[in-house]
Parts: sequence; C-alpha cells; structure tokens
Amino acid sequence: MKPEKLRYDLKIIASWIKPQSKVLGLGCGEGDLLYWLKKEKNVRERGIEIQESKVAKCIEKGVSVLQGDINEEMEDYPDNAFDYAICSQTLQQVYEPSNLIHSMMRVAKMGVVSFPNFGHINVRMHLALTGRAPVTKELPYSWHDTPNIRVLSLNDFKKFSKQVGFKILKSAAINTNNTQRQGKIITFLPNLFATYGIFLIGKE
Amino acid sequence: MSEYIESNPSGVSIGIVEKQFFTFAEPPDKLKLESLASIGPVTIAYETCGTLNPEKSNVILVLHALSGDSHMAGYYDPKDTKPGWWDIMVGPGKGIDTDKYFVICSNIIGSCAGSTGPSSINPETNKEYGTLFPHITIGDMVEAQKALIDHLKIDSILSLIGGSVGGMQVLEWCVRYPDMVKSAIPLATTTRHSALAIAFNEVARQAIMADPNWNQGHYYSDKKPGMGLAIARMIGHITYLSDESMRLKFGRKLQNRSALSFEFGAEFQVESYLQHQGNKFIERFDANSFLYITKASDYFDLAGQYGSGSLVKAFSKCKSKFLVVSYTSDWLYPTYQSKEMVKAMKKNDLNVSFCEIDAQWGHDAFLLPSERLDELIRGFLRTVFNET
Repeated sequence: MKPEKLRYDLKIIASWIKPQSKVLGLGCGEGDLLYWLKKEKNVRERGIEIQESKVAKCIEKGVSVLQGDINEEMEDYPDNAFDYAICSQTLQQVYEPSNLIHSMMRVAKMGVVSFPNFGHINVRMHLALTGRAPVTKELPYSWHDTPNIRVLSLNDFKKFSKQVGFKILKSAAINTNNTQRQGKIITFLPNLFATYGIFLIGKE
Repeated sequence: MSEYIESNPSGVSIGIVEKQFFTFAEPPDKLKLESLASIGPVTIAYETCGTLNPEKSNVILVLHALSGDSHMAGYYDPKDTKPGWWDIMVGPGKGIDTDKYFVICSNIIGSCAGSTGPSSINPETNKEYGTLFPHITIGDMVEAQKALIDHLKIDSILSLIGGSVGGMQVLEWCVRYPDMVKSAIPLATTTRHSALAIAFNEVARQAIMADPNWNQGHYYSDKKPGMGLAIARMIGHITYLSDESMRLKFGRKLQNRSALSFEFGAEFQVESYLQHQGNKFIERFDANSFLYITKASDYFDLAGQYGSGSLVKAFSKCKSKFLVVSYTSDWLYPTYQSKEMVKAMKKNDLNVSFCEIDAQWGHDAFLLPSERLDELIRGFLRTVFNET
C-alpha cells in the first residue's frame, strides 16, 4: 500500500513509530497500519485480532497476526517484548480499559492509543438539540447496537492517565475529511473541534 | 484423511505425475529408530510437482496424514478417475502454486503406499515384516524424509505444510532441523495426543487385533483382517466429522427405505456411509500400517521429548516462521491444542500467526475445498518466499 492510501489517523501514528522497532497492533483489523509499517519502516510486526475474516486478510497480505482476545493474547508476552503497543480505535470498545493500558505498558516500552472524541461539537450538539444519544460520522451507531461501550473525550483520557498512572508523551487532536484519507491537526480547543485523539503514552 | 473428494473442483490439475522411489540405509548402515531398533534397507516413495529453481529456494514439503500417501496431486494415468488427495490445494495457480514452488510429498515410513512398512518384505526372512516391523515414531518419519531431502541435495525448505499426523511431522521437523526450515504451516494438529485421541486410536487398534484374520499381524499370505480394519476406519471417520456436520449430512435419514425395518443392516444413512468408508479403505490400506502409524501418533509428545514437559522449552531452538490453523468444529485436535503451541511459540519470540477457521466439517475440514485456507496458505507462502 502506498503511504497516501493510509488513513489519516494511521498516518499520524505511523509517523511516530521509529524504524526497525518491534510493534504490537491490538485489534489490528485487516492490518493496514502494520503492513505499511513493515514495508516502509521495516518494523517487526505482530497483530492481534478477534475476527477470523480480518485475521485472514492480515495473513494474506503478509502481516503476522494472532486470532484472539487482546487481553488474553498479551498475557503470553514477556515484559517489554515490544517497543510499541498500538491500540488504534479500539479502547472505546474494551470492557476494562485500565487493564488494557496496564498490559500495554507491561509488554511494550511505549503505547499508542487513539479513539473518537466524544467531546466533539457535533456530539454535543446532537445530544443538546435532539435529546437523543449522539450518532455522528465518527460514532455512527445507535445506542443499542454500538460496539463503542466506552465513550470518552480527549479531556477524559488526560484525566484517565493520571488515575491509571501513565505519561502522555505526545498527542495529536485531528479532524478528518469524509474519506478519512486526509485531515488536519486541531490546535484550537481540540476537545471541542477534534474528531479523533491520538496519544503516545509511556510509563511513569 | 477425507474420502469426500471424488473430482477436482478447483480448476486445472498439475496433470500426470509419477511416483518415484529412494532406497537408503542398506545394511549394515541401517536406519536407527527412536525405539533403538534399526531397519534397512528403507525405501521411500515420493512425488514432486513444479520445478526446483536454481537457488533451490522454492522447496515445499507436504506431509501427509495417517492414511495418506505421496500422491498429493495430479493423476498417474489419464484414465484415473480420482486425483491425488490434495489436488484442490496443490497445482498451477492453487494455494500451493506449482508454477512457483517445487513441492515434494513422500509416503511415511510404516505406511503401505510404496514406502517401507509392515507389508514390505523383510530381507532377513524374505517374508512380509508383519508385526516384526519395529515400532516407529513421528521422529523416525522425519528422519526418513530428511534422508530423502539430503538425497535430492536440498539444504533449505521454504515451507513445511501438513495437517493432522502430517502437522505433527511439521512440528517435529521444526524442532529437529531448525536451521533448515524457513517456515511451517501445521494444520488441525497437536503437539501431543489427548487421552481422547489415544482412546479412539486404541479402540480402532483393538478392532483390528480382534479380527480372527489378523493372526498376530501375519496375514499376508492368507485372508486379511478386513472387518477389523473397516471398523477401525469407521471409528476414525467419526472423529474426523463433527456433531454439526453429521447432523447436516445425515441427521436421522434412512438409507434406501421409508420406514424402519427392524433389522441389523444399515438402516440409517450414517451407518451406510460409515460402512462404505470402511469397505473402501480396506482395498487400499494395510491393517498393520494402521496399527503402527496410530501408535506413532499416540507416542508423539513434543514437550515430553524435547522440553522435559515444557512446550516452551521444546520450541526454544526453533527459528521457523509459523502459520498455525485450527478449525472451530475439530473435536479430535480442538483449537485449545493449537493455542497451546502458539503460546509456546510466542514465549520463544517466534514469528507466529494463528487463525481459527470457522468450519462445520470437523477435523476433516483441512482436506475440503476452502477458499479461506487457500488464501491463507497462498499469502503466507508469498510472504516467506519474498523474504528469502
């Protein structure tokens, strides 16, 4: 895959990853990011994905992947087995996010976490104006069928970092266009105007 | 191994192939076996598909299961009605693409399709070995294959691929010859038999040994223990299917009748099917080979043999890249057994991928047409081939 084909949020994550590093992708989907990192940055990649069809896509394109639950699969790795553990747009779907972060910080030296920002103005407006649970481009599900069981804002994550005990080393608040191939960094009131937050985290 | 495949549904076959033979371990340089017995000479039947490239970097070794043989793909004769047992996977443009890879499959030692086994002539007596044949192990099968690979002057294998008892050989290879094996695909297999698997094998063996024609294994000049072997095969077949596949395939449907006839014939379709499979099997398989190979699979214990009980330790010398595949409905070698090997590989920092394919057909699923398996193997092989 050409770099320009990578989704904008994944491009930002990719830019933070050092070449030749060892990367664990949690909930890696069809392996687009890991494939790109392997080709362009020569990383040693490992993915974990629960869905068989997506696991198969990873293997077909040459990404090493394990079918399974991310928490269970992480248990087998020794401490600091990876340079980075990446949890891209999965945190909001996890039952115990603090356990996940703890595991990430155990198996990897650094972590990358990204999620849709529930503090975005569209979300706020949707709730304020319709009185119903927000449905937006980034959070397109209804309350009864959403996999996103944890709704959080950029500010929530910052608070969470202090509670759980990890450091935010780098962050990017972004807004993407419809195709999500392009986007921009939001610096003005990011918790209000960014659709996604991306954080590089490290141990305290 | 499945008997479902009557014709080749996935396009072009490799065409005509030829069974070849390699004989080694001529006395006094006999092949030493793990049981400390030795045997010689040993003949190994094998077939190859595709062309060895000048760098000799495109070698794939296919390892067959309990009742398989070297005839993985193609036809011996244009008049043959059935192709080799994995013709759906091995051929031009197929999952294991013979336009790209040089694919070898050999009949395991102890079997009866051209390689030395209990039905071969013992040079010391000029009669069939029968039960004088020494006990063999999965490791012995691998040693015989290694002798063949050396004979073919190949020193590196791009990928080892095998399901079930073939998967055990894949794992044994990776542990014995870590420097030779670039990658490996163990399918629907285990690092050691569960009590359940041993139990079914033992019932099958008892069926053979209880057949009056078995005669302590010396039946070659007389009537064969066909009934015992057929029952053994029927037992095996039950373990290769699943509750779901049997429900879908047979349910309680009756065979050639509309009502129960209150007799001990094959009234239900499932009975008729099993009897058919059993009867077909005795035409091509030797009862003693069945005894020896099932024993070898029961003895197989990677952790016990190479890790003093620790599977992690057993894989510690491995270097291969792995693709482990299990099937949701396989109750002979359930997914948890594949996950155990994956866990041990991970703890050794091996590059392993694992996929559990959702399939209703039980253990036999790895031999049935599956686009999913085709694509997994194709993609994995392409990656390891490009990386070498």
